[in-house]
Amino acid sequence: MSMLEYRSSAWARGGLLAMRNVPDVALGDRVVVRDHLGRQRSGQVIRSSEELVLIQVFEGTDNIDLERTWVRFLDQPFELALAPEMLGRVFNGVGQSRDGRPPIISRLSRNVNGAALNPAARAYPREFIQTGISTIDGMNTLVRGQKLPVFSGSGLPHNRLAAQIVRQAKLLFHGEGKADSQESFALVFAAMGVSHSDARFFEESFKESGVLGQVVTFINLADDPPIERLILPRVALTCAEYLAFDLDMHVLVVMTDMTYYAEALREIATGKGDVPARKGFPGYLYSDLAEIYERAGRIRGKAGSITMIPVVSMPSDDITHPVPDLTGYITEGQIVLSRELAAANIQPPVAVLPSLSRLMKDGIGEGMTREDHARVASQLFASYAKAQEVRSLAAIIGAEELSEEDNRYLQFADAFEQRFVSQGEHEDRSIFHTLDLAWEVLSLLPKEALTRLSEKDIEARYRSPDSE
Amino acid sequence: MSSEGTILDIQGPIVIARLPNARIGEQVKLGSQGLMGEVIAREDDRAIIQVYEITEGLRPGAPASAVGSQLSVELGPGLLGGIFDGLQRPLKTLLEQTGERIERGLMVPAIDRNKRWPFVPGKDLKIGAKVSGSTILGSVLENDSITHRILMPPDVTGELDDLVPAGDYTVDDVIGRVRDTQGNIHKLHLSSRWPVRIPRPFSKRDHALQPLITGQRIMDTFFPLLKGGKGAIPGPFGAGKTVLQQQIARWSDAQIVIYVGCGERGNELTEVLDTFPQLSDPRTGRPLMERTMLVANTSNMPVVAREVSVYVGMTIAEYFRDQGFDVVVVADSTSRWAEALREVSGRLGQMPVEEGYPAYLGSTLSAFYERAGRVETLNGNHGSVTLIGAVSPPGGDFSEPVTSHTKDIIQTFWALSKDLADARHYPAVDWLESFSLFVDVAAKWWHENINEDWMRLRNIALRLLSESEELARIVNLVGVEALSGQQRWTLETSKLIREGLLQQSALEPNDSFCSPRKQFLLLKLMIEIHTRGAEMLKVGMPVQELLRQPLLAKARRWKISYSSEEIEGLEQEGKAIEPIFDALRAEYASPLAKGESAARTGAGPT
Ligand SMILES: Nc1ncnc2c1ncn2[C@@H]1O[C@H](COP(=O)(O)OP(=O)(O)OP(=O)(O)O)[C@@H](O)[C@H]1O
Ligand SMILES: [Mg+2]
Repeated sequence: MSMLEYRSSAWARGGLLAMRNVPDVALGDRVVVRDHLGRQRSGQVIRSSEELVLIQVFEGTDNIDLERTWVRFLDQPFELALAPEMLGRVFNGVGQSRDGRPPIISRLSRNVNGAALNPAARAYPREFIQTGISTIDGMNTLVRGQKLPVFSGSGLPHNRLAAQIVRQAKLLFHGEGKADSQESFALVFAAMGVSHSDARFFEESFKESGVLGQVVTFINLADDPPIERLILPRVALTCAEYLAFDLDMHVLVVMTDMTYYAEALREIATGKGDVPARKGFPGYLYSDLAEIYERAGRIRGKAGSITMIPVVSMPSDDITHPVPDLTGYITEGQIVLSRELAAANIQPPVAVLPSLSRLMKDGIGEGMTREDHARVASQLFASYAKAQEVRSLAAIIGAEELSEEDNRYLQFADAFEQRFVSQGEHEDRSIFHTLDLAWEVLSLLPKEALTRLSEKDIEARYRSPDSE
Repeated sequence: MSSEGTILDIQGPIVIARLPNARIGEQVKLGSQGLMGEVIAREDDRAIIQVYEITEGLRPGAPASAVGSQLSVELGPGLLGGIFDGLQRPLKTLLEQTGERIERGLMVPAIDRNKRWPFVPGKDLKIGAKVSGSTILGSVLENDSITHRILMPPDVTGELDDLVPAGDYTVDDVIGRVRDTQGNIHKLHLSSRWPVRIPRPFSKRDHALQPLITGQRIMDTFFPLLKGGKGAIPGPFGAGKTVLQQQIARWSDAQIVIYVGCGERGNELTEVLDTFPQLSDPRTGRPLMERTMLVANTSNMPVVAREVSVYVGMTIAEYFRDQGFDVVVVADSTSRWAEALREVSGRLGQMPVEEGYPAYLGSTLSAFYERAGRVETLNGNHGSVTLIGAVSPPGGDFSEPVTSHTKDIIQTFWALSKDLADARHYPAVDWLESFSLFVDVAAKWWHENINEDWMRLRNIALRLLSESEELARIVNLVGVEALSGQQRWTLETSKLIREGLLQQSALEPNDSFCSPRKQFLLLKLMIEIHTRGAEMLKVGMPVQELLRQPLLAKARRWKISYSSEEIEGLEQEGKAIEPIFDALRAEYASPLAKGESAARTGAGPT
């Protein structure tokens, strides 16, 4: 097919443009839409038949008319040019330069949709990443190649938490391990629908930690066209895959905010007339999110890795809202932030009970963190869960009525939150420090209550509190 | 017969082509890459096709051709130990041939064409013998765990014209010939094909008689499933569905395990591929991978192939059933399969009934679960397919369509609870929400093989658990002081049962698998502690004293302290219970004060 321009628009609405009588167009092909002012927008074919070709226009359909809009079909899929010079650069959602510098020119370009990784090619992630944050390292450990989202709510400090992880994340090596400096790190930052001030916050925090030259930013701000958010994470992950699996880098991908991404998807789906499943989101939201999240991981025989930290805001703090819910079904755990803890000025306000890291079990223990790690984490979960019950009991019958043991649970819960959960934004705790803190607070409970710990653990590490 | 046509319309996984004569269910090749799909509807001269692969790059006008056959799988030696995608393409072979990412339009046979298998013809089979569907022609030692029986295709009957002698053959070699009643000759091979959407025939359904022993206490002791039964594990994300299914795949006493990863994480399949070869079957000592086969359609793979993957797994399971094996299929997650149905029906503009699901959701689910069962095979053997589906309800809401339909179909329901999972009580099976319709049948097995007291003790434990639920409610209203000594003791021992019996860590080597004997012993000892403690209260021991007994903390650790092979140690611990309580009794109930007889009449659980 030649690169003809067509002016046969049938209808336009909600980011969608339909064209009549354009023969022979392949699904997924990229198009350039030129409006009556001569401004160019990029788009992609999402349905193709002989009568009608449907295009999603990433810059939206605002200000488009049917009579004077020209569409050029590029006869190629949506690809991103890839080169090492992308490090340190800022792009928009479709991969165009946003920092005033020239576009990336390269012979290598890849389809932004990627192709599914053969499960037989994956290497199971097991390498502990120390974030220096006790609630994560101690109880919800992150490993290289994991996808671990942060579930948050409006006004909660998810950005600060993400920035702290970026600043502090490092690998621990024990003795004979290869030297840390041999490995190269990169950060891919994918921002969808974020405010100007949040974008600035991230930029400054990258600058401050001296990683700016290692960051590739793809940004779509709150006042940018929402449809572009549909392609942005795909573009960003195509770049991340290149850095990780072509250039052997360890790539951390921070994506914020996936809820805005999903809302853009809902907008297009509604425009297409797709049958909604829950809250107006289309039934394929799960598969669509999975196409994004599953791009994290490790590949056997390759040095690099993609570790993913998506930020998902929970509308009305509702964890059962389709976006956090489906995310939780795909990712390998979640870090949940709590409004109550934030209100009590516990920072970072990580609610440990609903949080989870599924890959923790293979990344901790002897030789990786510390031998007692798994049992200590399990005991903290169990004891804190019990303490929460005691708290609600105390709220009903009053603390005076509680048994002595129950009172110790209350003390434990307070100490756990004040000393273990709460930490400074620039406080980088080693995993050993974290585990010692855990023992400190667990020692507020009677030995007999610590049934998840072994007798040996207790003998070695239980410290009778002064109060006894 | 095949027909040719052209593509008219491409919309996501659905393609419309002008394709007269195509039959519903027929497979279709599309475009220059030959992407595979399946006709799901016909309108005039057009066929509506669901495509198993990503349709990007397809264009109107491109060729479409119907290939004449339905989607089928290849059945024969060489499947075990392997991992296949939803279309039964061997993923390890694909990895070698095309690299780490899955390319489109590749057709790679499921079974290696060059590998030779040691075939031994059936001893009693003579030339001229009457053979019919699933007659055993001979066997192949597939690996040291499994002797694979080579079966007649289920739909062929006739006289054996020819059968090769013992020797090594590939799956393409002709190993024999059959002349059917019309005089037609059918060639026989070590492998055969069967369409995935048609259940393989058997001669009749049989009663399921034996529990599937999973080594998981909450399942075996409290909510058993039978070999040939249908079970479901619903639960919100992170509640432990996958871990529980992997535990079943690891430790259950099935002979063959088919693990279908349907729309879930790639890493979970990698984990199975990594760990199973290192684990051994607790009964045979052989590497677990020898009896395991994986079907993988991960969540990022095309959605139509996801819908197919469960049928692929099930058809292979039926094939092993027909050889006389007890097969377990775990499907993680059936919700993703149902969502694939929803997606296709939505694109076809079919009227949604609930949450976008089509009206046929319930009937499709139940037709699929019906393929499980214990049967008498066409060759007179007995085999079974046990099906265990994970269900992933949106928002953890069990009233949603897939969970509620599934609940009506299955026989054992292991409901996972978010609260239990949040408190890291694993497996997070909620003992009040879960049920098994087959406790009576399972009891027979337990009574014959383990101990006659199983049913009684299990029921006591369940009663303590539900009583304590009531008591906990009271405590939450007015505090623990409002309870009587007996009630506090019930609360304490139900906690012991929860922590020492129900909780079972998949990660602790001593605890991950629990033999039926160990399960029973733990149950018995805990009820004994309860009973003896209750007696002590009757003779006047203050409940606070009783709660302070070090025995309680110790008993919580028994499951970890003794592996299933170290039952004797546990028995010793059990023997110590009596002297402990006897000593207490001597202390609190001097014959003068209370009287032996009063305590005796008060024996028995509250
Ligand atoms: N029996 C168990 N023993 C120990 N840990 C467990 C057990 N069951 C679950 N877990 C813990 O819970 C985590 C989540 O379990 P799992 O992955 O099975 O959840 P799921 O219900 O399959 O979730 P999803 O629906 O998102 O796939 C595991 O990674 C593990 O840490
Ligand atoms: Mg799962």
